[in-house]
Amino acid sequence: MEFDLNTLWFFLIAFMWIGYFFLEGFDFGVGILLPIIGKDDLDRRVMVNTIGPVWDGNEVWLIVAGGATFAAFPEWYATLFSGFYLPLFLILVALIMRGVAFEYRSKDDNPRWRARWDRAIVFGSAVPALLWGVAFANIVRGVPIDAANEYTGNLLTLLNPYALLGGLTTLLLFTLHGAVFLTLKAGDPVRSRARQVASRLGIPVAALGLAFLVWTWVNSSPARDGTDLVAGVLSVLAALAAVSVILLLRRGAEGWSFVGTGLVILLVTAALFFYLYPAVMPSTTAGVAGLDIYNASATPTALRVMSVAALVFTPLVIAYQGWSYWVFRQRVTREQFAPPGKV
Amino acid sequence: MDALAVARWQFGITTVYHFLFVPLTIGLALLVAIMETFYVRTRDPRFLRATKFWGKLFLINFVVGVVTGIVQEFQFGMNWSSYSRFVGDIFGAPLAIEGLAAFFLESTFIGLWVFGWKRLSPRMHLFTAWMVSFGTTVSAFWILAANAWMQNPVGYRINPEAGRAELVSFLEVVTNEVAWVHFAHTIAVSVLTAGVLMLAVAAWHLRRDPPDPVFRFSAVLASVVILVSALASGVTGHWQGQVMTRVQPMKMAAAEALWETEQPASFSLFAIGDIENGRNRINLRVPGALSFLATNSWDAEVLGINPLQAEFEEKYGPGNYIPPVGTVYWSFRLMVGIGFFLIALGGWGCYLAYRKRMERSPRFLRIALWALPLPFLANIFGWIVTEIGRQPWVVYGELLVADGVSPSVSGVEVLLTLIGFTVVYGVLTAVNVYLMTKYARAGTTDESSADQVAAALAY
Repeated sequence: MEFDLNTLWFFLIAFMWIGYFFLEGFDFGVGILLPIIGKDDLDRRVMVNTIGPVWDGNEVWLIVAGGATFAAFPEWYATLFSGFYLPLFLILVALIMRGVAFEYRSKDDNPRWRARWDRAIVFGSAVPALLWGVAFANIVRGVPIDAANEYTGNLLTLLNPYALLGGLTTLLLFTLHGAVFLTLKAGDPVRSRARQVASRLGIPVAALGLAFLVWTWVNSSPARDGTDLVAGVLSVLAALAAVSVILLLRRGAEGWSFVGTGLVILLVTAALFFYLYPAVMPSTTAGVAGLDIYNASATPTALRVMSVAALVFTPLVIAYQGWSYWVFRQRVTREQFAPPGKV
Repeated sequence: MDALAVARWQFGITTVYHFLFVPLTIGLALLVAIMETFYVRTRDPRFLRATKFWGKLFLINFVVGVVTGIVQEFQFGMNWSSYSRFVGDIFGAPLAIEGLAAFFLESTFIGLWVFGWKRLSPRMHLFTAWMVSFGTTVSAFWILAANAWMQNPVGYRINPEAGRAELVSFLEVVTNEVAWVHFAHTIAVSVLTAGVLMLAVAAWHLRRDPPDPVFRFSAVLASVVILVSALASGVTGHWQGQVMTRVQPMKMAAAEALWETEQPASFSLFAIGDIENGRNRINLRVPGALSFLATNSWDAEVLGINPLQAEFEEKYGPGNYIPPVGTVYWSFRLMVGIGFFLIALGGWGCYLAYRKRMERSPRFLRIALWALPLPFLANIFGWIVTEIGRQPWVVYGELLVADGVSPSVSGVEVLLTLIGFTVVYGVLTAVNVYLMTKYARAGTTDESSADQVAAALAY
């Protein structure tokens, strides 16, 4: 592993995806759990407002990850986005519906209006939570790409068992992450219900995650290199973190459980990127290696410009996003939305 | 199924739709920040009510701009992968910086603004309003810098081995004159768009009794804003015309349906006949005005379409380098016409406000209300001139639109997503118009404490 600008940008993009999955992961979880934990409109309002001030900022991590991929690895961006065409379209529709639903659901009292937007939130959260896992599993596993860097598979190519297991893993992992987030951010009864859901999800998430990571490890065997070993170690750590989440949830340690689910997301995502390195989109087509951080990259000039921009802005972004989480550190409760006496 | 044609329609539809909301967001963010500044300075609860009222209309549109913006970023890779491979080394950086420097700012601070009424001091809260406005403005610069590079590529070289454009000077990319005229014009028309919305809604309320002082103040502010920003749109547009004449003479010639070179060149007010093919029956023209428009001098030469086509064929090989002349010609005229009308509307509003007669002029209030669609139309026409006027190029002089499309995506797939986006955007329009009408009509409510404002704006 040689540390050059290409490697730096590979890991910066990994960092952005980790940030995205960590932050929007719990947004997705809250959205997915909306009808399960939110028994009435007031509960659901509490849930939406726990992520109200932050979901938009969380989503920008995706936009920046996309933009950085375009700028640092144009070939990766072009092959990936044109190749994973229909899944990305579904993700876009989901993100559109979900964002608008957050803003619009409480702007009208009609119960049917709210029920419709609530369905949009569930759809808009579950679909990307599933499909990002499918997409990343496929990237790591490799997809058919020809010598001109064009994707030659179709939609069904992407729906292989390994990728679907990856999708199921992220779906459940983000749901758990969201449930734990609600135990931290919501008042009762949402908080206690979220705790129940979380403790039930702990074991399935750990089991699925383990199966997915073991399968990924087995897949990497033909040409295992040093970074794959790092990925293996990260996978073991991810499994340990998942087990400790189960134990922490039993002891009711909400804050530490959230650190735990966050750590699982970080370690799993980091492991996937280490498996990938130095490739960015390996090809399963015979005789075609696919894209790596060198043949997919921008020029050193462009990478240097981007590095300066990242160096200047990333610390700033982390500072003010951190500040906004600090400002909204209090729990959201039913009392804040109900007229007195109607809690 | 021709993927190219469908992909072009998809880009046109999604971009025009996105840009209905963007200027409104940029403009309203500024006007809401100004209103909140009045409140923090005077502590007059009427300004707080105004901030809340316009803030709510702002939020209803802001979110649509945000979510349709993600489509824009993904679309380059999805439908235009060959384009992305060709330009990524240069085009990607401003896009990524837009996210890093602007989207993070506006999206984080919008959360603080909406939900922070009780948690932040009034001054701190005002700061978040200005950060949102700053973020939306900065974002406009970076995306326009990216577009400007397609209009007028600078600071690059072509690498024939890699088959792509490569960055040589980032400084030249961000100091591209086209980027700065684009930016100046876009900010001016964004403020104008928000001003017209504000005046139209305020006029609707002022026609009813008893007039709410919030709307009296809003109508006065909006009139001043319209007059200033419409004049600024004209000035920046004139500057843009001159730059365009230099970097894309074909676009100026098409916008004027000027087939042969003229010196001095006349400006065509309107023409009837087969404009597309250069057989105008009636053509009402102002002598020398086009020379002024294009070069700031009344007797300069302006190149015509036919000599330019011959020059392009010599330079780039045989082909048709003429954009759809009729579309560009009429879009340009309608945009400029609306601009002049809005200057007049702003002037009229300012005059009535000065004479304190605005509420007693039903004609003005009615016209102000019906003017609401005009800036949105002008924004669309402006982009049609800019984007259709550079056809057949996607990167001017370097890459044809036809060579930018994704080879791995079939026409059926593009059609499928085109239908999907159109349906989703159609539903969004219905919901957005419903909520805008509902909250615009509801008027202001007497929620003068920050507590109540917080509850009214949260989810």
